[in-house]
Amino acid sequence: MPVPMTITEKILAAHAGVSSVRPGELITARVDIALGNDITAPIAIAKFKEAGAGCVFDRDKVILVPDHFTPTKDIMSAMQVKAVRDFAREQNLTHWFEGGDSGVEHALLPEKGLVVPGDLVIGADSHTCTYGGLGAFATGSGSTDLAAAMITGEVWLKVPQSIKFIYKGALQPWVEAKDLILYTIGDIGVDGALYQAMEFCGPAIEGLSLEGRLTMANMAVEAGAKSGIVAPDEITRKYIQDRARRPYTFYASDQDAEYARIIEYDVSGLEPQVAFPHLPENTRPISQAGTVPIHQVVIGSCTNGRIEDLQSAARVLLGRKADKSVRLIVIPATPAVYRQAMEQGLFAIFLDAGAVISPPTCGPCLGGHMGILAKGERAAATTNRNFVGRMGHVESEVYLVNPAVAAASAVLGRLASPDEL
Amino acid sequence: MEILQGRVHRFGDDIDTDLIIAARYLNTSEPAELAKHCMEDADPDFVKRVKPGDFIVAGKNFGCGSSREHAPIAIKAAGVSCVIAKSFARIFYRNAFNMGLLILECPDADQIEEGANLMVDADMGVITDKASRKTYRVTAIPPFMQELLKSGGLMAHIGKKITHDNC
Repeated sequence: MPVPMTITEKILAAHAGVSSVRPGELITARVDIALGNDITAPIAIAKFKEAGAGCVFDRDKVILVPDHFTPTKDIMSAMQVKAVRDFAREQNLTHWFEGGDSGVEHALLPEKGLVVPGDLVIGADSHTCTYGGLGAFATGSGSTDLAAAMITGEVWLKVPQSIKFIYKGALQPWVEAKDLILYTIGDIGVDGALYQAMEFCGPAIEGLSLEGRLTMANMAVEAGAKSGIVAPDEITRKYIQDRARRPYTFYASDQDAEYARIIEYDVSGLEPQVAFPHLPENTRPISQAGTVPIHQVVIGSCTNGRIEDLQSAARVLLGRKADKSVRLIVIPATPAVYRQAMEQGLFAIFLDAGAVISPPTCGPCLGGHMGILAKGERAAATTNRNFVGRMGHVESEVYLVNPAVAAASAVLGRLASPDEL
Repeated sequence: MEILQGRVHRFGDDIDTDLIIAARYLNTSEPAELAKHCMEDADPDFVKRVKPGDFIVAGKNFGCGSSREHAPIAIKAAGVSCVIAKSFARIFYRNAFNMGLLILECPDADQIEEGANLMVDADMGVITDKASRKTYRVTAIPPFMQELLKSGGLMAHIGKKITHDNC
C-alpha cells in the first residue's frame, strides 16, 4: 500500500527522489527554479563568488528579476541592479529580465510559463509562495539558500505538515480571492500556519480564476506558512497549456492524507475585508471599517497587480473620479498586463479618474519608491503587508484591501465598499 | 559554544523584518551600513544603546515578513550575540542558521526583563539571569541546525559540493 500523501508531500517526495515523505522529515530536494531579485540576489551572488563556485547549476533554472527598486530609484540601487545584470550576463542566464521585459517577479514567472504545476521553486523573496496557485511547491528563502541552490541545484527542506482549508459557498459581488485570504489570516493569525503548508480547496477555490489562486497562495506567508497550494485542475490546464515550455505534472492529495488541521469556512456571507494596521491579521469586514480618511490608493503588486485586478478596479472607477484628497496609483504588474490594460481601454478609465499609471515595479509596496507616505498619511493598498512604516514614514498607515475596495476608497476619500457608490 | 554574556534589549511579538531593517536601507548589503539602522522603526535608540555581546529578547514570531537576509546581517553586525524569542518566523529562522547568527527559542522569553544581565549557555540550553539567578530553558536546537552552526553556516556546509564542473 502506498503511503497516503498530501499534494505538498508528493511534490517534495518526487524532488527528493524518494517514494514518500512524512512531515518533519529533513530532505535534500532538487529545485526546478531558483529565483532572486535586485535586493536579495546581490548577497547571493557575493556568497556564490566567495565560495569559489564557477557556474550556476543550470542556466535555464536560475532566474533573476530586478523589480523592487526598478526602474532604479537611486545610485546605490542602480549599483545593485548592475551587479545582478553583470552576473546574469557572465553566467549567460536564459531568463534575465529588465526594462520593458521586466515586471513584478511573481506575476511575471507564471505569465511567461516559467513555473509549471508540480515544480519545486525556491526564491529569495518571501512571496515566492505565490506559485502554489499553479499547483507547485514554492517557498521563500534567504540569499544564502539562493546561493547554495544556484551552485548545487538543491535545497534542504523540512517536510511541513499541511493544513487543509475548505471554502464553501458562492462569493458575494465585490468579494475576491484577496478577501478569502485576508479573512483566513484574520482567523488563524500571522503565525497561524507557522512552518506549515496551507492547502486551499473547496467549491469557492475551484471557482477562482488562476489569477485569484495566485493571490491566495501569495499571502500564505502572511500567516507564517512555508507554502500555500491549490490542486491544479482544468482552469490550471487552460492557463498553462500554451505558456509552459516544459512538461508539467498535476499532483493531488490522497483522500486519506493526514492534515495537522482541517478548517472549513462558509464564505457565502463574506464581505470584502480590510486588514487594519499594523498586521495582516487585523481584519474587519468593510462594513465595520468606520470612517477612515485615505490619502493614497495603490493598486498593484504581486498580490493584486494582474489584469483581472485592474479590471475589477476599472469597473468601479468607470465614469468616476478619485477624491481630490487622494493620490491614486495604478501599477500593472508586468509589461503584458500593461499592454492588456492599455488595449482594453482601462488606462483611459484610470486616467479619467485622476490616476497615475506606474511602470511595473514593486515600488511602494515595500516603501521603495513610486509613492512613499509622509508622516500621518494613510494608504488603502491591494498589496500584502501593512507593517509599521511599510510604505514610508514610521507614523504612516497601510490598509490592505482588494482592488474594487481600493478603487471605491479612492473615489470616496475614505475606506469604502463599492456598494456605497 | 562559548558562554555568552550581555544585556537584554526587549521587543514584543511579531517583530517583522521591516522593523529589523527597513526597506529604505536595502539599497546596500554592507553589514556596517545595515547595522546603523538595526531595529530603527521599533526603537530608534537601539543602536546607540546596544553593546557588543548583548541580546535581543522578543515574543512570538520574531522576524516575520520579508525574506531579506539583511535582517540577521544587521542584527549580527550591530554586535548582538544571540536573539532569544518565544518563536521565530521560518525564513528568518533558516536565514539565521544559514548565515551564522545564533538564535534560541525560549518558551518563557516573556519573563526575561529589559536590561537584565544574562549568561547564555547554548550547549546546555540554559539562560541565567545573573542578578536573580533565575534560569530559563531553551528549546533544543535540532541536530541538522547544530550541524549548520558547527560548519559555520550553509555555504561551508555544502563546501564539498562547490565545483567548477557546472561550467
